Amino acid sequence: MHVPLIVYVVVITALGFDFTNGFHDTANAMATSIATGALKPRVAVTISGILNVVGAFLSVKVASTISSGIVDESKFHASTGPYIVFGALVGAIVWNLLTWFVGLPSSSSHALFGGLIGATWIAVGGGAVHFGTLVEKVIIPAVFSPLVAGLAAVAATYLAYTINRRTKAETVTKGFRAGQTVSASLVSLAHGTNDAQKTMGVITLTFIVAGIQPKGSNPYWWVILCCGLAIGLGTYIGGWRIIRTLGKGITDVESPQGFAAETSAAAAILASSHLGFALSTTHVCSGAVIGSGVGKRLAKVRWGTAGRMALAWLFTLPAAAIVGAAAGKLASTGAAGTVVVAIVALAVAGGVYLAARRNPVTANNVNDTAAVGGEPLPAPAGV
Amino acid sequence: MINWADFGKVFAATVVAAVLIVTLFSVAVIGLAQQATAREKGQSGTAPFAGAVICFALCVAMVGYGIYLIVAR
Repeated sequence: MHVPLIVYVVVITALGFDFTNGFHDTANAMATSIATGALKPRVAVTISGILNVVGAFLSVKVASTISSGIVDESKFHASTGPYIVFGALVGAIVWNLLTWFVGLPSSSSHALFGGLIGATWIAVGGGAVHFGTLVEKVIIPAVFSPLVAGLAAVAATYLAYTINRRTKAETVTKGFRAGQTVSASLVSLAHGTNDAQKTMGVITLTFIVAGIQPKGSNPYWWVILCCGLAIGLGTYIGGWRIIRTLGKGITDVESPQGFAAETSAAAAILASSHLGFALSTTHVCSGAVIGSGVGKRLAKVRWGTAGRMALAWLFTLPAAAIVGAAAGKLASTGAAGTVVVAIVALAVAGGVYLAARRNPVTANNVNDTAAVGGEPLPAPAGV
Repeated sequence: MINWADFGKVFAATVVAAVLIVTLFSVAVIGLAQQATAREKGQSGTAPFAGAVICFALCVAMVGYGIYLIVAR
């Protein structure tokens, strides 16, 4: 059968998004372990990368919906659907790269939702966007995710220090460092089962819309394999800029705090995915780190950094929506439009990469306390 | 609209699990420290060590339940 160009483009772009999702979220699981010295930076990203691949294969439930009902996917047709998905992915990737450049953790799911909303709105109309669901599944959880994990981390951190106040400091540091390797691994595994699924869902939805796969079918084995490897590789490459912000920028994390933060985050992620109240991994983990700073007496929390993070969360959805709408619209005008969007997206990615190289954050300097970036963003080329 | 009952469950489960694991782990760390102190004094330190092992085992069991939740989902 004839497979249109856009389908190939969507598969490649989806794997690109999966990759940025991986390196954007390495920090969630590993930032505090790296900051406390529980794991060497390279070891941490290797473990996290492997567990993300394993997680991709572990989850048995198929991602039947990529937007959880926020946009009406039944309104996608062969002539519009792949372009909407492509636009959404471009919007999400651009946002992921820009936030990575300034070293801010932001939710990859929110970026994808934002891109989907923008692209769907332009292509199908505002009626295909369910704003009630958006508030219920995205906005409200975004407010509560950091609160839930943060409060748990405050209590856990306070207890860890209170119980161990007479214990030899060296034993405490060593003990909690060992515990951190386990708690961080659990977060990584949970992440892999959640996020690799998302990209599998995107690709499979596109295949179904384009008539390549029957409705309701499972992802092809090679889709599962590629998605697992893409997110694993992204995780291994390591978003060092975000790791520095989360590990060093918010508070000076000691190993009991790191253990409390990771345990709270893992508990929040597992409880939410098991009991059906969707929380964002990124928001949960960031909230837990802030909580671990509040829970330790006399510890300083850099609220300025936390504020910048919250601001980035606020802009994730609309920013990705605008880029997604523009990219989806342009791509849908034909092969030439698709190629133009692809070239512009690559140019933005290349520009951000080159700009990041002028002030690189790597495995070697990730634990320095200097702020990430510091200079104003270059104007994104053309998008 | 938002399901406050589900939210309450997630909130309670998160706080209880995190506090329980961190408390058990902290007690285990105390056990290890006491064993080390006892050894320095020439005593065996078996009792605090056994306590630490039990607490660690409970932590491992809770982590195991977490992995079960991930896999069985």
